[in-house]
Amino acid sequence: MKDFLIFENLSKSYSNVAAVKNISLAINKGEIFSLLGPSGCGKTTLLRLCAGFETPDNGRIILDGADITALPPEKRKVNTVFQSYALFPHMTIRENIAFGPKVAGKSKKEVNYEVDKMLALIQLEYEADRKPAHISGGQKQRVAIARALINKPQVLLLDEPLAALDLKLRQRMLIELDQIHDEVGITFLFVTHDQTEAMSLSDRMAVMDKGSIEQVGTPVEIYESPVSSFTAAFIGDTNFLDGWVTKIIDKEYAKINIDGIGKIICFNDRKLKAGDPVHVSIRPEKINMSKTEPEEHRKVNILKGVVENMVYVGTSTKYWVRSGEWLFTTQKLHRRYLLDETPPKWDDDVWISWHADDCYMLEKYREADEQLLTIPDIEEPEDDEPNLDEDESSQENIITDEENKHEK
Amino acid sequence: MKKDLLKNIQEKLITFPSFTWLLIFFLIPTLLVVLISFRTSDPFGNIGVGFTLSAYSEITNMSFLRILIRTLRLSFLNTIICLLLGIPVAYAIARMEKKWQQNLMLLIIVPFWTNFLIRIFAWKTLLHPEGFIGQTLTFLRLIPPGTPLLYNEGAVLLVLVYSFLPFAILPLYAAAEKFDFQLLEAARDLGSSGIQSFITIFLPGISVGIISATMIVFIPTLGSYVIPDLVGGPTCEMLGNRIARRVFTDRDLPRGSALSTVLILAVMIPFLIQILVRKSKKSGKISAVEALDK
Repeated sequence: MKDFLIFENLSKSYSNVAAVKNISLAINKGEIFSLLGPSGCGKTTLLRLCAGFETPDNGRIILDGADITALPPEKRKVNTVFQSYALFPHMTIRENIAFGPKVAGKSKKEVNYEVDKMLALIQLEYEADRKPAHISGGQKQRVAIARALINKPQVLLLDEPLAALDLKLRQRMLIELDQIHDEVGITFLFVTHDQTEAMSLSDRMAVMDKGSIEQVGTPVEIYESPVSSFTAAFIGDTNFLDGWVTKIIDKEYAKINIDGIGKIICFNDRKLKAGDPVHVSIRPEKINMSKTEPEEHRKVNILKGVVENMVYVGTSTKYWVRSGEWLFTTQKLHRRYLLDETPPKWDDDVWISWHADDCYMLEKYREADEQLLTIPDIEEPEDDEPNLDEDESSQENIITDEENKHEK
Repeated sequence: MKKDLLKNIQEKLITFPSFTWLLIFFLIPTLLVVLISFRTSDPFGNIGVGFTLSAYSEITNMSFLRILIRTLRLSFLNTIICLLLGIPVAYAIARMEKKWQQNLMLLIIVPFWTNFLIRIFAWKTLLHPEGFIGQTLTFLRLIPPGTPLLYNEGAVLLVLVYSFLPFAILPLYAAAEKFDFQLLEAARDLGSSGIQSFITIFLPGISVGIISATMIVFIPTLGSYVIPDLVGGPTCEMLGNRIARRVFTDRDLPRGSALSTVLILAVMIPFLIQILVRKSKKSGKISAVEALDK
């Protein structure tokens, strides 16, 4: 069913500071939808509006065809998993999970039956009589989810539920969340600032910034064709170039002049004309780097550069290559690092190249977003690889390049 | 083992001064009071020789029973009213911005800057038939002119609540301030109404504060003497007034001591309850540890 949960022109401000600005959004039944953005982007406010802890200044919230904007939290068929879990400390795990059905006035037998089922789902049957203070963070997390799910909400709201867990546990909980979702089939609205979490869990996601939605789409759509420099910079790494279109070739491609580099070729997805200013973005993993000059190709951009910095992150090495006045980020995946890879080192002369189809034009461009990217940060790039490989294989021209890169 | 022993000795050395202080100025005098209650007295106010239970004969007296019941009733009502007023106040203050919390707590402490006796005398003036409250209520035709507001149980209870409320608010606020208010959101999210959440989540959450407030209000009220003396008069005697009369007017120390012993026992009741509650909680914890071992 389409448009199960609808936000209509929602606005909310706190003492004249707008937290949510005129947001409209439709979420489908049964999907995992993520709200992703940096802290202070309004994603938590949106979730609290949905839960009923806040009342919007403007707009409506519609759930399953009914307007729930004015309903208090206890009357809404939604339940929340809080970031700090908010388990009741004076109650045992069993009592915590039983809270909802008990309040709903179910019989003792029914409550016990449902709680047992939930305890089995989260695999905490043996911890049922302990207090929350005596169980681990991951277990608390599961109790919080069970306590919400037992009420069979139409939408489960998750407010950064994994933020308090360490990396390994977070990865495991992510898989468990996905399994629970498959089992119960409830719509999940998931708030996070972690792009890895959002990308690996969501069916669709909305990238938010400064109280507005920047882009809505599937993780692949958002990663592969971000509409703004903010989305491009916030989801994964990217390289920004700006210049102007000099001429259109092959109807679909644009020759672009970049100051300090010269002409590059890029797929003209914005249908620009000669003379238009343009912002171009290239994902680091789509740039091929080699110590020998690659073969010329009409639709491959080749630049000469110098390795300015590199960071080894295990699965790959991140490189910063200077070409002209631009600094390019790229990465090299390691397959046979210790045996016969001879990766480029500092100050080595290298060639970087990418296919015209792999760079894209951005609608908006903000200096602040570029600043984000100039600080070298060690992230885990491997999470994005699966999408990447799929896309790459569909583009025939690149295959040989990619193979070369991996084999080297 | 040796280290533990050393630590044990160190601990004893550290607690020695305060323990000695309590022994000399608290435990021994209390035991003396209990001891004197079993002695005889002579008409000159001296303590006589020999042991007797005659000082306790007053306990069976109907007038004493009335006073004891009145004392317990007033203490109980005072505690309940202080909690009923103090809990919402503590809740409201704890939910405010930090800046306002500090200002309001200051306002609650401000009355202590004026001497206790002066504040009680102020109430005497206010409650006097010609006083502000009496005049206002008469003007509003709520009471006929000349209705006595002073010298009855109501007046005593009013001034008791006035005096003890700040002492109740302080521990309640201290507990409420530490309370995680997101728990109330969680409760409402799970379908419980505002008032329901307040009772099932907030009250257990500040139970430590409620226990402290109960002790701080109930025990001193049992022994209160000045308030019933000034605004209660002879018709509203409490246990403290009776003890004072035996000691100062009748100059009968054993009888006064006997009443004090009864009061000490009354004071110990809530303590015993607290110890029992703690013990049951502790045994609960032990069972949790046992469950862990399984």
